Amino acid sequence: MIEFRDVTKRFDDGTTAVNGLDLVVEAGTITVFVGPSGCGKTTSLRMVNRMIDPTSGTVLVDGADVLGVDPPTLRRGIGYVIQQAGLFPHRTVLDNVATVPLLIGWTRRKARERAAELLELVGLPAELGHRYPVQLSGGQQQRVGVARALAADPPVLLMDEPFSAVDPVVREGLQDELLRLQAELDKTIVFVTHDIDEAIRIGDKVAVMRTGGFLAQYAPPAELLTRPADDFVASFVGKDRGYRSLSFVDSSGVEVAEVPTVVEGAEVESSSDWRLVVDAEERPQGWVAPDASVVPGGSLYEVGASIRGALDAALSSPSGLGVAVRGDGRLVGVVTARQVLDVIESRRG
Amino acid sequence: MGDIAKYLSDAGTRAALLDMLLDHVYLSLVPLVVSVVLAIVLGLLCHRFRQVNAALIGLSNVVYTIPSLALFAIIPAVIGTQVLDPLNVILALTVYTTALLVRPVAEALAAVPAHVTAAATAMGFRPLRRFFTVELPLSVPVLAAGVRVGSVSNISLVSVGALIGTGGLGTLFTDGFRQRYLAPIIIGIVLTLVLALVVDLLLVLLRNRLTPWARAGGAP
Repeated sequence: MIEFRDVTKRFDDGTTAVNGLDLVVEAGTITVFVGPSGCGKTTSLRMVNRMIDPTSGTVLVDGADVLGVDPPTLRRGIGYVIQQAGLFPHRTVLDNVATVPLLIGWTRRKARERAAELLELVGLPAELGHRYPVQLSGGQQQRVGVARALAADPPVLLMDEPFSAVDPVVREGLQDELLRLQAELDKTIVFVTHDIDEAIRIGDKVAVMRTGGFLAQYAPPAELLTRPADDFVASFVGKDRGYRSLSFVDSSGVEVAEVPTVVEGAEVESSSDWRLVVDAEERPQGWVAPDASVVPGGSLYEVGASIRGALDAALSSPSGLGVAVRGDGRLVGVVTARQVLDVIESRRG
Repeated sequence: MGDIAKYLSDAGTRAALLDMLLDHVYLSLVPLVVSVVLAIVLGLLCHRFRQVNAALIGLSNVVYTIPSLALFAIIPAVIGTQVLDPLNVILALTVYTTALLVRPVAEALAAVPAHVTAAATAMGFRPLRRFFTVELPLSVPVLAAGVRVGSVSNISLVSVGALIGTGGLGTLFTDGFRQRYLAPIIIGIVLTLVLALVVDLLLVLLRNRLTPWARAGGAP
């Protein structure tokens, strides 16, 4: 658990980066600090491992005041992932990951073994271990950065805009990977980003900060979307928040109906109905329109996933019917946007 | 050509040449090693303290403009050594080479990316360990370039020392001029060149050994 008690940081030039921050990061959760530049999110993060010391107030990690610990010792017990990964260009990937174990006195052999385990954990092939960082893609470098932070198995992980330098597709993959790792490792993670979508996607709780170092709202993501504390949070959270909040509503109440299907490659004739094309394993492949032309399908949603997916499946489908599949991709049935909206309406009441 | 063969035919001359060559190596490389250490310390000070940086860079520029012969002659007066003491040449060359190396070292340290040093600090490196295991190794390519220039410059400047009577291959030039005899001069030039090339080659090998990472290719 990490606790900020009335923490203020004023820099020598007179700017106040953090202003009376009171906040508790629960153990085993991902807490995201998000806000525009100058809101004090990175300063707050860096006060946890004493890269910056507060002007007043107290930061506690597991009940102990961080000011009571010598900074290098404190830092060896706290994982840190920095923007652009910050890998050592002159060390191989394996030696980068082994950094903290070596600092705390492990033998080189044991540290390298641990590093190899971690590469596997973050989904990197073992042969990358002998390359230098410059020989890796941006996404791979970030994974190495995460592996390095986890090497000595610290209970707390600080992540300072770790994925901001990679392209959106890679970023989404890294976010998924982080969530998968977290489900396995159960760390206490503080994650700083300026990207509200990233915050909402990965945070168990999100602290929205405002320029001048004020905490505007500290709440689970669904609450930020449905009940923003003020206009600042509402505008920071951004457009479509009503729609985006559906990500946090499950789709279990939506009744799935049967749909006529045709097997891929079979002869089709015109008919009054849309028919779903499926392959031999009953996985949806697209639609056959009433005039017998074949049309690509819309998005699919997995039964039990968020209702946002169900609504999007219906809205994006050429037939107006959203296709529900099981985890293995097999067809379950279809829903209409009307049905989904009815479920949303009934949940309100 | 006949002159040179005749000159070299004497075993005593050959032994003397070897002595001069070894003297030359000693007089040029000791200052090089000492100044690398000094330049690293001073470069670190420049890197950490801005005022030191301005002062030292200015001073090193001035030092480099002092003519070598003048410096060889001033040093005994300043530190009280004998005029013929080889220490004079070693000190003078140390001063030159250090002046030459301070700026590249300071610049190489400044060029280490901030996110790399921040990551090192955040992982719990203490400042001294961070300097020796992260910042300094990353400065080696730039430092090595400076050392290569320094080695060539030292090897040529040691010859000037012969004018005030300290050993080395420069003695061949002074002797040759005095006796109006070309052979020792030509041999002196050839040996100096070969020595400079061999030392440079060794420095390149050393640099490559220290920086395998610098020649790793980009992302596949």
